[in-house]
Amino acid sequence: MDWGAIFSNTVVWIISPETIAYALATVGLAVHFGYAGLLNFGQAGFMALGAYGYAISILSFGFPWWAGILVGMAASVVFALILGIPTLRLRADYLAIATIAAAEVVRLLFQTTVFDAFTNSADGLGGYHEGFRAANPIPKGVYGFGPFTYNETDWWVRIFGILLLAVVILLTWLLMRSPWGRVVKGIREDEDAVRALGKNVFSYKMQALILGGVFGSLGGVVFALPSAVVPGAYVPSLTFFLWTVLLLGGAATIFGPVVGSVLFWIIMSFLANVLPRMADAGWLPFMTNAQASIARYILVGIALMLIVVFRPQGILGNKKELTFNAR
Amino acid sequence: MPADTNTTRSTGLHVGEIRPGVPKVDPIIVADNITRSFGGLKAVDVEHLEIPRNAITALIGPNGAGKTTLFNLLTGFDKPDTGSWSFDGKALAGVPAFKTSRMGQVRTFQLTKALAMLTVLENMKLGAKGQAGENFWVSLLPWLWRKQDDEIEQKALKLLERFKLDAKQDDFAAELSGGQRKLLEMARALMSDPTLVMLDEPMAGVNPALTQSLLDHILGLKAEGMTVLFVEHDMHMVRHISDWVIVMAEGRVVAEGPPDVVMKNPAVIDAYLGSHLDSDIGVVTGRVGVVKEKKK
Repeated sequence: MDWGAIFSNTVVWIISPETIAYALATVGLAVHFGYAGLLNFGQAGFMALGAYGYAISILSFGFPWWAGILVGMAASVVFALILGIPTLRLRADYLAIATIAAAEVVRLLFQTTVFDAFTNSADGLGGYHEGFRAANPIPKGVYGFGPFTYNETDWWVRIFGILLLAVVILLTWLLMRSPWGRVVKGIREDEDAVRALGKNVFSYKMQALILGGVFGSLGGVVFALPSAVVPGAYVPSLTFFLWTVLLLGGAATIFGPVVGSVLFWIIMSFLANVLPRMADAGWLPFMTNAQASIARYILVGIALMLIVVFRPQGILGNKKELTFNAR
Repeated sequence: MPADTNTTRSTGLHVGEIRPGVPKVDPIIVADNITRSFGGLKAVDVEHLEIPRNAITALIGPNGAGKTTLFNLLTGFDKPDTGSWSFDGKALAGVPAFKTSRMGQVRTFQLTKALAMLTVLENMKLGAKGQAGENFWVSLLPWLWRKQDDEIEQKALKLLERFKLDAKQDDFAAELSGGQRKLLEMARALMSDPTLVMLDEPMAGVNPALTQSLLDHILGLKAEGMTVLFVEHDMHMVRHISDWVIVMAEGRVVAEGPPDVVMKNPAVIDAYLGSHLDSDIGVVTGRVGVVKEKKK
């Protein structure tokens, strides 16, 4: 067993673009579920809109890269409105059903050949990097130490992602300590009570849905920054990974999504490295190498179940603040 | 008992002969022809109803009489099939619940709705009206709402003190007892400086030791110029603090009038009070030791 390689293959995930993207999208989920009590099972759809909004507006319409990000955000606002207007008046569980379906509709619209000229259907989009990389202030070269050694482009993606994440977390923190956050948390507890106190509950739920959706689309943008946009990435299991990250870190916490995302990716890559090697070394006699690398998904699923049963408030959460049966 | 010492019963609230739907001298709510059916069941069918201003009005009736449904209709939490009603002279038909609350008509719920995972103080501050910091963009700029928030906090602390909840201000509402949650819900409703407070079974599930202070609080609201409308099954409380009693049965208003008169009405005895009228209800409910009625 090459523990050195396993270690360095694992720690690089602390600041990988995927980790940052998951953290961003999960802050959005935290706004939805942790603070406003909205059950959104379609965060992958918001991420897809961010990624495709970014890529299509650059490739098909020649927008600058930053305008591409704005287009992605605007697309998620429109999606939140379409999703929210009919469903936010219903009970929370209906929103959950509608979001999972709507996110699939979004993904299939990007995958279908009907809009091939814009979306390149199932093959996805690539080669939209020029503008973003031209804006890179870091001079050409290789920087870093040990496993964290990257060229200027890789660093630029990571630094930009972390800056975006910092802004999003700051915004969430400012909002949730304000009277706005108080109303939103009140709605999570009992929307009729908040309505009786003269607050426009529908409007607040819509604002929260839009805000979390925009964060999700920024996650999609960061997801797309280093490589390509492929529709197969935005499947429901992406949403469920985000939920794992959220519950791991703590649903109603500011930094929970970051902690959760880092842990999630470290565990995933550690298992991806360790399990096949263990199979090769003959430690898992009942598994082949290929089976072992898939087994991590089973373990992550079991981990999600254990978290929900034994620590529903997550790592950073306050036991009193959020437990599932306390509504 | 203090209930009788710190306020006097209001009389002369009605105009003309007492009967269901009698006009009031100064009504705060006027409702006409309100009906609401659930499937084949007509839950509420009120021809005409007026609630007197600056008085405590009790809404009584057997289970399923439509009291809570009428509450929901008046506050915009449910929509009637027909009818019109006004609050303070403003028509309320079709007005959503949050707007009726902003007009000054605040309600509580039969099943207490304390916001469990918010602290007691946060619960209270949520009740205040017209908060600048509740706007999305303003909330991002703390210096625009900090001062108002501090004022709201002072007001909340004063109210909590009055309701003997000040020691609990940093606890989650989930940690309070059932009776304390009732108190919190009432205190929270008062944060909006309402003109009409609508209480749905304020005594349900409250232990007898707290009953007295709840009664005092309700009488205190009237003394401060508010109007109170409450649904209650505890006849003892109704007889003690209400100035006017409205009796519902099977969705209709079957009788109304001052408590002493209504309790002697044969229709009311048939519909609701039954055989216990002659004995003190306090004896029946076991509360007589706590709330002693002055013998007249």
